[in-house]
Amino acid sequence: MNKAFPPPLHLVVTLAWLCVAGYMIFLYAPQELTMGEVQRIFYIHVASAWTALLAYFLIFLGSVGYLWKRSSFADDFAHAAGEVGFVFCTCVLVTGPLWAKPVWGIWWTWDARLTLTFVLWLLFVAYLMLRSYVINPGRAGVLAAVVGIIGFVDVPIDYMAIRWWRTQHPQPVIAGGEGSGLDPRMWVTLLVTWGALLCLFSYLLRQHVRLAGLRREIAHLRRSLGSSLGG
Amino acid sequence: METLRVVWAIFMKDLRVEWRHRGTLASMCIFGILVVFLFNFAFEPAREETVRLLPGLLWIAFAFAGVLGFNRSFAAERENAGLEGMRLAPVDPGAIYLGKMLANLFFLGVAEVVVVFAASLWYNFSFVPAIGWFALITFFCTLGYVAVGTTFGAVAANTRMREVMLPVLQFPVAVPVFIAGVEASTGALKGDPVGDYAGWIKLAAGFSVVFVVLSYLLFEYVLED
Repeated sequence: MNKAFPPPLHLVVTLAWLCVAGYMIFLYAPQELTMGEVQRIFYIHVASAWTALLAYFLIFLGSVGYLWKRSSFADDFAHAAGEVGFVFCTCVLVTGPLWAKPVWGIWWTWDARLTLTFVLWLLFVAYLMLRSYVINPGRAGVLAAVVGIIGFVDVPIDYMAIRWWRTQHPQPVIAGGEGSGLDPRMWVTLLVTWGALLCLFSYLLRQHVRLAGLRREIAHLRRSLGSSLGG
Repeated sequence: METLRVVWAIFMKDLRVEWRHRGTLASMCIFGILVVFLFNFAFEPAREETVRLLPGLLWIAFAFAGVLGFNRSFAAERENAGLEGMRLAPVDPGAIYLGKMLANLFFLGVAEVVVVFAASLWYNFSFVPAIGWFALITFFCTLGYVAVGTTFGAVAANTRMREVMLPVLQFPVAVPVFIAGVEASTGALKGDPVGDYAGWIKLAAGFSVVFVVLSYLLFEYVLED
């Protein structure tokens, strides 16, 4: 992987793709009729949300892999997915209100999808906090994996409960632009933007995993150096 | 059979420790009562609002009392190296989980009875007409809450600042039982037909089954050293 597609090349592809996505968002995609220019935030917003969900799935995969095979790669992978996913989830929570205020007239409403995104964000926070607060660093991987698996299993139940809770109440305002009424050019723009974000996501992920591997190696070298000097 | 014996032994051990100490249960009850007490200043509910606000209030009290209990449950084991002892015993780690979980369920259940009694008294609200359904709803939601809480209590016992870590882990995951507890109790206390809120009871029961099984399977990883 590192030979065929080295990180610097990955970075260049990511930046170029982001430029293309930016061009498409602002110039190629048609303007939405009722919401106007502000609707263009939709492409970043939705693509980030998909990426954050994917990241949580990757935490789950890495966690299961770590408990099963005990490979430090799986642990680093889950950790990286958690950190990068947290950034994308935060991006969803920031772009959402920016879009909601001019369109709905309010920054936030406890609508099912908003609530679920917030719960997902809290799950990311819990996962990352746990990793940095474990007293014995050697145990962090296993404990985080347990929390990652429980959190992942919880997401669909959370989704069901929150949807149900909201549909029993009067339905709050729902965005008009999403779903079936999307112009084909909007679809293309959304998918290209998602591709760019995925490229960015995978770049940050692999760099994080690589960094964790280097840290491990340095710690190992320090230990062996210390023991050879001491002994 | 062997598993059941271990579950029972650990359950009784926790009860005996609590009987001699009386620390955890008392603090859970007093904490729950304090939430009900403060609520009065926060909202000053009029009589007709009580039925709408009470289930939410009760569940906030249960949630915080529960977190307090789960923390104590494993903090005490850690201080006395109790987990190491149990790990050395040739028993199924899942059975240790079930024993601790049942003890936590028992303690939170007792605290809930005390809190409900206090709320009933202070807000002049009678739970008697709906007590059967209310008890069933509270049982399933508490079971689900304790099922994840026991595992997270054991996880948080390994961290610095575990008093903060546990609620951060617990609350987002427990959102479904929290909603189910509030919605179904509101329905039951208002006297709605059971069909209107039966779905929430099923959701809480399903949540409990999923997380008891999952925690049972994962607990050996939490215990290992």
